[in-house]
Amino acid sequence: MATPEYAARAPEIIIHGEVPRDRARWIDWVTTTDHKKIGILYLFTTAFFFLVGGVEALLMRIQLGSPDNTFLDPTTYSQLFTLHGTTMIFMVIVPIAAGFGNYLVPLMIGARDMAFPRLNMLSWWLLVLGGAVLYGSIFWDPPAAGWTSYAPLSSRNFLPGNGIDAWILGLHLVGISSILGAINFVATIHNMRAPGMTLSRMPLFVWTILVYAYLILIALSSFAATLAMLLIDRNFDGAFFDPQAGGDPVLWQHLFWFMGHPEVYIMVLPAFGMVSEVIPVFARKPIFGYRAVAAATAAIAFLGVLVWAHHMFTAPMALGVLGFFMIASFAVAVPTGIKIFNWIATLWRGNIEFRLPLLFAVGLVAQFAMGGMTGVMLAIFPVDWQLHDTYFVVAHMHHVLFGGAAFGLLAGLYYWFPKMSGRMMSEALGKLSFWLLLIGFNVTFLVQYSAGLSGMPRRIAEYSGSGLTEYNVISTVGSFILAAGALVTVANVFWSIRKGRHAGPDPWRANTLEWFTPSPPPEHNFDVIPTVRSLEPMKDIRRSVQEREAALGDGEVTEPPAKQPEPIP
Amino acid sequence: MRGRPHSARAALIAAACLALVATLLAPATAGADLLTPEAGPTENAVKIDTLYKIALYLGLAIIGSVWAMLFYVLFRYRGRRGRSAPQISGNLALEMGWTLGASAVVVALTIITYVFLPDIRNPAESGPASLAEARGKQAAVNQPVPEGEAVEIQVSGQQYLWRYQYPNGTFSFEEMVVPRDQTVILKIKANDVVHSWWIPQLGGKQDAVPGYTNETWFKATKNGVFEGQCAEFCGAGHPAMGARVRVVDPEDYQTWVERQKRLVEEGQELAQEQRDQIQQEAATP
Repeated sequence: MATPEYAARAPEIIIHGEVPRDRARWIDWVTTTDHKKIGILYLFTTAFFFLVGGVEALLMRIQLGSPDNTFLDPTTYSQLFTLHGTTMIFMVIVPIAAGFGNYLVPLMIGARDMAFPRLNMLSWWLLVLGGAVLYGSIFWDPPAAGWTSYAPLSSRNFLPGNGIDAWILGLHLVGISSILGAINFVATIHNMRAPGMTLSRMPLFVWTILVYAYLILIALSSFAATLAMLLIDRNFDGAFFDPQAGGDPVLWQHLFWFMGHPEVYIMVLPAFGMVSEVIPVFARKPIFGYRAVAAATAAIAFLGVLVWAHHMFTAPMALGVLGFFMIASFAVAVPTGIKIFNWIATLWRGNIEFRLPLLFAVGLVAQFAMGGMTGVMLAIFPVDWQLHDTYFVVAHMHHVLFGGAAFGLLAGLYYWFPKMSGRMMSEALGKLSFWLLLIGFNVTFLVQYSAGLSGMPRRIAEYSGSGLTEYNVISTVGSFILAAGALVTVANVFWSIRKGRHAGPDPWRANTLEWFTPSPPPEHNFDVIPTVRSLEPMKDIRRSVQEREAALGDGEVTEPPAKQPEPIP
Repeated sequence: MRGRPHSARAALIAAACLALVATLLAPATAGADLLTPEAGPTENAVKIDTLYKIALYLGLAIIGSVWAMLFYVLFRYRGRRGRSAPQISGNLALEMGWTLGASAVVVALTIITYVFLPDIRNPAESGPASLAEARGKQAAVNQPVPEGEAVEIQVSGQQYLWRYQYPNGTFSFEEMVVPRDQTVILKIKANDVVHSWWIPQLGGKQDAVPGYTNETWFKATKNGVFEGQCAEFCGAGHPAMGARVRVVDPEDYQTWVERQKRLVEEGQELAQEQRDQIQQEAATP
């Protein structure tokens, strides 16, 4: 057997000393162009907004905890759900994937940084700026038209304050941030992969980030134009959406959802990618059907831009149009189902280690299956005529975005935290957090399906008895369990950063290149960029190290040589 | 701690999972209505309910088997020291199989939807129920509802009130009165922002969008009062924008629309008198 090239070079991991700093630490952080630091900045920024959005959700749940409650007035309530939706979608789930992507993509493809490090820094700054503009409005007049800002409610006639303008400007900035980030990902992934890493050996998380980036380019660039149209309508006597001047409110809905639905896949695909990384590692088996999983990612994205009008089944549209969007929405279930089956098949006959990342990943699989199922039910347009704009939709969307995306992102956090910080997270706190989140999530949202089926519309600040009280009380109790679970993870992060067990470079015996570096990785990531021979380069590297050690005869082989993985062409 | 839980602990976790699922599903299966939409005495709502149930049972069967597989695999292949997993990286036949299987489910669901669609979308034949005396009374108003023909009501949404205009030109707010066994066709419009007309028990919702006329229908076969409310967020008063449909005997409906027309006309005359009076007072120095 010929010595592999990477073994011939220098596979040892070289630990670097601290790079001397000549600036204050905080200046170093806010001016850094290191993709890892920017990634961490993204993660802390989005975690902050996640807590803000969570508090908004809890305030709403308190208000709905009893019928005819007067805790919040309807105006405040509409401001809260507008900010909650906007924050969670644009300030949390989309940029959190950018945070993980920033940190991990160069490491996973064997690059030293992103393609455009300064652009990368600009993306983070624009995100912060966008958040500041959006939240600046709370001192004056927060937006109150929902995260969908349907015209003509969002026009100056009906909401004369500046809240909607702050919303437009904030989302413009966040949108540009995401677009620049996406350009950076596309350039990095296409051009900077390690030698030997063909597209068919690229880690699945990187695949999902690539598809995520393309979706952002399609969806958010069109949304920038949409926002500009609303801005013109509100401030420069435009009439794109004003029916009295020949404009069309349904046009806003089409343009908005043309961004709004791909946005869902922008949010869930990276979480799927994380699960596709985590499950093979803890099942101790290669991913089942790598090509199918990667192709399913692309298929979901492609179909995902063809389904937007399923958010508009009750709007005035021709029946044929409804049929098209129903069938296209059904079609998304096929590649999604493929992913779920492939994950289960990966676990099948595995040797499953129930570590924290796996728990959260399995949480995603189980809960996303349910969110997908209720999504298919909503896609049946005559059924949607009953369920549209009710709590059934609220429950479905949270099943996909919390039960799905957030659980996947938490799997990613628990999986990669040791790489980022050099320390393991507490298993006990992690398990507590997992169970609280799982129970809290289901208690909060399963009853909301029933509330919707009993006729509770979404976005109502109050309701009067008549059978809705029980559902809402249960849901409010659940939301506090959910919040406790989230806080335990936050506490776990802060505890583990200081007190966690040292992780070492590769605590999980993982498959991908980021584990080749020390934890945390040095600024330049790799001393030697290894040549990639298969989908699981770390297995090759570990095997070659063992072989070399065995050849040297020092007998320090700590584990039996793993069985030869089937090479992936 | 190296990821090899004792089988007792694994069993405990599996039991906890099952208990969680069971506690969450138990109340749901206890009362069937928890899992199905409201369906009152009208064909379209009943058909939506049936279509929903087909999708629900199909979905529950699929979800049930996915969960069963998942939990079985997690339990059966939980980590054991010294065991190594076979390095299987795929199986084309199996993957083609589940892709085609999922596609087949989707095709079946499409076909089922289109089988149900006509009964949901197309207004049913209006009943012959209008009694002879009611028909006599119909002849007396300007725009009678002939036997077998639908009653067309114009619904307009505005912040934060629904307005209904009846065939004879009269109107009411918030509460709509309709005859039993007659097909009621609603022409839905909006005067300001987007609203959504929805009475859960009388079928699906349709948005009221300024500049458009949307349409839906129902044919209630029982008397009663059916509550609903605006379903599209339309501003701070949205939660208070209620809607109500009162289904009455056809003859009572005739009496009601005529009385309503008279009351509205009287009210308008009175208002006109007052306006004239005010104008006169303003004109005289």
